[in-house]
Amino acid sequence: MPSGLFLDGEPWVDWSWVSTHIPTILGYLGQHVEFTAISLAGGIIVSVPLGVAAHRRPGLRLPLLGAFGTFYTIPSLAFFALMIPYTGISDLTALIPLTLYNVLILLRNVIVGLDEVPADVLDAADGMGYRPFARLVRIELPLALPAMLAGLRVATVSTIGIITIAAVIALGGLGELIYEGFIESFRTPLVVGMALCVALALVADVSLAGVKRLVVPWARSG
Amino acid sequence: MDFLRGVWLWFADGSHWQGSDGVPTRLGEHVQLSLEAVVIGAVIALPIGITLGHFGRFGNLAISVSNIGRAIPSYGLLVIAFTAFGFGDGPIVLALTALAIPPMVTNSYVALSEVDPDIKDAARGMGYRELAQLLRIELPLAVPLIMAGIRTSAIQVVATATVAALVAGGGLGRYIVDGFAQFDYTKLFAGALLVAALALATELLLSWLQRLLVPRGIRLLAASASRRATAFKTA
Repeated sequence: MPSGLFLDGEPWVDWSWVSTHIPTILGYLGQHVEFTAISLAGGIIVSVPLGVAAHRRPGLRLPLLGAFGTFYTIPSLAFFALMIPYTGISDLTALIPLTLYNVLILLRNVIVGLDEVPADVLDAADGMGYRPFARLVRIELPLALPAMLAGLRVATVSTIGIITIAAVIALGGLGELIYEGFIESFRTPLVVGMALCVALALVADVSLAGVKRLVVPWARSG
Repeated sequence: MDFLRGVWLWFADGSHWQGSDGVPTRLGEHVQLSLEAVVIGAVIALPIGITLGHFGRFGNLAISVSNIGRAIPSYGLLVIAFTAFGFGDGPIVLALTALAIPPMVTNSYVALSEVDPDIKDAARGMGYRELAQLLRIELPLAVPLIMAGIRTSAIQVVATATVAALVAGGGLGRYIVDGFAQFDYTKLFAGALLVAALALATELLLSWLQRLLVPRGIRLLAASASRRATAFKTA
């Protein structure tokens, strides 16, 4: 039962619980990281080719962005629930919706990034004898990388937050700690789950900012 | 196929359309919770975003608000509100309002700060005072992106209100949470379809409203507003 305004003297974090539950906590954390990594990797694999195609053929943009925009609008709990009859209570139930969400964010940014490559640069590349595929891989995609990484940061932080909801239908991740805190009216797992989630999002965001600095040193802003 | 037939029969069953657990009641609860949160959120967020954007100050703050908002799990926020204030719609609306604010602050800030400085200069030159310039020049130009922010918030609130069923809230999420608890996957699936339909309907309704509100002269800006809106999904 709710304990009312946090004024009942129950500590925010009961460290003895934490010390005896470290393997459990790390297990959920590991699962959370795994879901994030797989759904981002899936998002990249799908969005880069689609983004290149949409950049080449503007007619594809509306249907692609419309389709993935529709997926993106579907609330995650509903999307997970829609998967259950087909994938049961398995990792795929969470991974498929999460991946589809990431595709929209990444796809938008791939298109923007490719659109923003200056025409002069493309002319120069053509003049130097680049074939279309080599030009794409060695000139256009690297120049689109800052926009793509910006999208990756947004997708990563969003995904880390959304996965907590997977625990509502017992799919695992740090949301399980939040759920446990709720069910048992015990503040510690709730606080630990929330804190780890926010910390994970911040660490991921800062690391990706670092990656951007390393791989695109010419783009300092943003 | 048998499964989908079962879902169809669930919807065809008249008893699912009446009483306190009927679709109309649950839909009403869902819409009411969401509407309250979005309206309260807008009353708080829009003046802040618009003021900061108009004066072009504290831009980092306005942008960080949405980054932090994205990082805080909406599910955890609901459970915290419940733990602190107990059962009832009040705590749920409080948590949903907190989630509604960041996208509206960020997008209205960006909307106002991106108004072409030449246009502002021209307005000054024509003798517009500060407030008249804001109301009659800058706001109409900013409407597309402000509306995109409201739309983003509304969809997130509708999505998170679904999760509120877990902390004893009403709304369409009840079918998902109860269906899951009772291993009644037909009910779960039917509820999920209803939630998805409500989210899509919200999106369409607000897009339509946006088109009504945008002055005819700047429709073209409106087309790109959805693309420039800060992406935000927490539930």
